[in-house]
Amino acid sequence: MKQEELSEDELLEKVTSTEYKYGFTTDIESDTIAKGLSEDVVRLISKKKEEPAWMLEYRLKAYNTWLEMEEPDWANVNYPKPNYQDIIYYSAPKQKKKLDSLDDLDPELKKTFDKLGISLNEQKRLSGVAVDIVMDSVSVATSFKSKLADLGIIFCSISEAIKEHPELVQKYLGTVVPARDNFFSALNAAVFSDGSFCYIPKGSKCPMELSTYFRINEAGTGQFERTLLIADEGSYVSYLEGCTAPQRDENQLHAAVVELIAMDNAEIKYSTVQNWYPGNKDGKGGVFNFVTKRGICHEKAKISWTQVETGSAVTWKYPSCILKGDNSIGEFFSVAVTNNLQQADTGTKMIHLGKNSKSTIIAKGICAGKSNGSYRGLVQISKGAKNSRNFSQCDSLLMGDSCGSHTFPYIEVKNSSSQVEHEATTSKIGEDQIFYCNQRGIGTEEAIALIVNGYCKDVLNQLPMEFAVEAQKLLEISLEGSVG
Amino acid sequence: MLKIENLKAEVDGVEILKGINLSVNSGEVHAIMGPNGSGKSTLSSVIAGDETYEVSSGSILFDDDDLLDLDPDQRAHKGVFLSFQYPVEIPGISVSNFIKAAITEKRKVLGLDPMPAKDLLWKMREKMDLLNMKPGYLSRNMNEGFSGGEKKRNEIFQMAMLEPKLAILDETDSGLDIDALKVVANGVNKLKNSNNATIVITHYQRLLDYIVPDYVHVLHNGRIIKSGGKELAHQLEEKGYDWITKLADEKWGS
Repeated sequence: MKQEELSEDELLEKVTSTEYKYGFTTDIESDTIAKGLSEDVVRLISKKKEEPAWMLEYRLKAYNTWLEMEEPDWANVNYPKPNYQDIIYYSAPKQKKKLDSLDDLDPELKKTFDKLGISLNEQKRLSGVAVDIVMDSVSVATSFKSKLADLGIIFCSISEAIKEHPELVQKYLGTVVPARDNFFSALNAAVFSDGSFCYIPKGSKCPMELSTYFRINEAGTGQFERTLLIADEGSYVSYLEGCTAPQRDENQLHAAVVELIAMDNAEIKYSTVQNWYPGNKDGKGGVFNFVTKRGICHEKAKISWTQVETGSAVTWKYPSCILKGDNSIGEFFSVAVTNNLQQADTGTKMIHLGKNSKSTIIAKGICAGKSNGSYRGLVQISKGAKNSRNFSQCDSLLMGDSCGSHTFPYIEVKNSSSQVEHEATTSKIGEDQIFYCNQRGIGTEEAIALIVNGYCKDVLNQLPMEFAVEAQKLLEISLEGSVG
Repeated sequence: MLKIENLKAEVDGVEILKGINLSVNSGEVHAIMGPNGSGKSTLSSVIAGDETYEVSSGSILFDDDDLLDLDPDQRAHKGVFLSFQYPVEIPGISVSNFIKAAITEKRKVLGLDPMPAKDLLWKMREKMDLLNMKPGYLSRNMNEGFSGGEKKRNEIFQMAMLEPKLAILDETDSGLDIDALKVVANGVNKLKNSNNATIVITHYQRLLDYIVPDYVHVLHNGRIIKSGGKELAHQLEEKGYDWITKLADEKWGS
């Protein structure tokens, strides 16, 4: 339409005037090591964290594996490869002593949390969400720990778990995502400095949402967090993670590994709202988000991944399920938004090994500006996974004429009793839909938000209430001004 | 209330409205009739502000404003409502959420807080009764999987909720069976008062038996070629359009 083209410049203007709300930095003293990666750096990290020998050995082995690996380039994204010698691998906010309670927290740090909208005390009182906060590379605060401990639930930073619960960490770390799995998982295994650890004992249902909040603060640092979550037989847990970063002109690397273990009859619900700094409208700066997330389901176990991805300059992420047990269930619900020059290559892998295993994939891509979004998914049904079923639905919604959306579904079925369904659609927000909303008094921005929310409903419905509201707001902010 | 003067509009360089003049006062019902392709829907779209059509000249005065200076949503805030001939689907958005958004936006412009949920629900129930809507309707997604008749009723339901000053019903009767037509007409009649006005655009006289117009206008080839009282609709029903369109074509060319 004529008028649309005319106002495109204005619209671009508008998009970029929407500032990344979380782009501030916190001025706190930190303990930072020199740039670069070597065996000595790995040893230094391990030493700073006062780790046992087995952990150092694990790291060194991973480091040596990493040295022999090459950075992958099969994803449908283009970016300058990071210089791995130009990254700081360890930075921790300096704290004078170990904290007994959150009230002892550094006031500057506390301010940061307030700005992020996560007043710990508020959260404590109102929503009953237990939060672990990882700033740069170190877990700085975990709430509700003692209450959870009464139930036998362990929720702490992974560094603490390495010290306090070595038998669990040693037994499960790297069993779902081995260090040699890929370039970034090897790097993570060598240098991860913190992350969250969670263990839900047999038969217990975690009474509150567990949540980790990740924040990159220090300039030039990479963030390599490691999450390990074990749901023992018949247990249930719902876990949330959120992330933000300051606005910086250089790219920052985030290479996390998340491992989930759902024992027989256990259920894990893992939700992510990812809002790393996406870079500016010219593609300058922004976080490279190269993450490996995978879970294993034993008999009758269920893992459900829900993600709302709006941030990062480049995203490379495939939360996956290994459906090892008979009658196990894997789910993946995703909304991935790209705007301006953002690139995302994201999707899932469902590996069916057990009989009667079921998986569902609902992936919704939204592309605006000059961005590029790809869905990449693998559904693999092995010979022994008799009577397995998969349903996949991959939709893309395009805004404007300069963005691109791609779908790469891979399906491998090795038995004849299984069923795989795949549906895919691509649509544009119709001028007629916008006009219809306008005619009812709903302005164009609000109309887009409404239409996008409707489009994402199936995924947003999977999120816990408070998170769904945050995700909705994020979608609105990310797409502001993207259609006239 | 509404005064359209010498309105000309085109799409892709083809002139569709060739100089429309029309005045509508509060409390009146006007019917606009005419054969297919005469420009009826274009006229309603242009009043509502559909940018598919380019207005080349003329004005649309609505109270103190020229609607042509306003965006479609601003026109809606002033009280212009269009019941669409082909309402679009908005997947994933329930009727109640959609209406809530519309009412909230309008109240925002007026400097009012959102309507309390209880009041809103109460009002929705009342209007649902008025239009014989089935229970469960509010939680269905906007026009998704609606039958033709349900879509039209959904339009009138929104009209009832938004209480516009000027309602334009574009072929609201198409796709309605006689029972549904009566329900819709009854709803429209009940919403009528001395402060609002209705423009009924229709192809057939049938609807006008139930929504009785004060004035009838015949639109042909982008112009209003004849205006009269409600009896004009009956004449058209009996004799068809040819007897007037021929005269008009002699005057302006076909």
